[in-house]
Amino acid sequence: MTYLTTSPLTLESLLAEVSAPHCGGTCAFLGTVRDGPEDGGVTAIEYSAYDAMAEAELDRIVAETRRRWADARVAVRHRLGLVPAEEASIAIAVATPHRADAFAACRYVIEEVKTRLPVWKKELRADGTATWVDPSGHPSMVGPE
Amino acid sequence: MMSPSGTLGTVRVRFFARYAELAGRSEGTVTIPLPATVSDVMKQVRDAWPGASALPAQPLAALNLRHVRLDAPVSDGDELALLPPLAGG
Repeated sequence: MTYLTTSPLTLESLLAEVSAPHCGGTCAFLGTVRDGPEDGGVTAIEYSAYDAMAEAELDRIVAETRRRWADARVAVRHRLGLVPAEEASIAIAVATPHRADAFAACRYVIEEVKTRLPVWKKELRADGTATWVDPSGHPSMVGPE
Repeated sequence: MMSPSGTLGTVRVRFFARYAELAGRSEGTVTIPLPATVSDVMKQVRDAWPGASALPAQPLAALNLRHVRLDAPVSDGDELALLPPLAGG
């Protein structure tokens, strides 16, 4: 399975992957590059990964999801490279027999991705600056201090 | 120096994102007396290359594509990755 791509993400292909007669609920999540008022003019984010581990970790997350929600069908893609603001960096689709499990399982996948996936992002701004993003709250400028 | 009876292990070390910039390289090789832990390799890494001393003493680490604690044992031929704070999704 290849979960990583440098191409734009579309939900349609993921929804087709998880579609099944026994599933009555499908939950889809898109994570998109944000430029909010507090983000300082982000034009794009450059995503990089430890590719082999990211693939292995996503394999493990998908397997755990299927173990926890036995009838769940799960599809995930993470985009790498330059992703412009408003475009998706991650797409997840989960289909289960009933809706509550679809929401829960989809949430499980994105939360595990956030804490476990070896992926990094560098925010690029309109003023030409670039910053490595540290979700733990310690932003650092690119390059040695 | 190692005693003649000592065993040496070679560990491939990989650096990513900001850590690659700090270390000035994306990978390197460390030879270390065994038994050793991830922490022991980390000490050697920080001494091995200019710039690597700026790496945190206790970074996130992965051994052979799995997250590990810093007290995890390393073996000859392992791949150790030093991971800056994760920001996927």
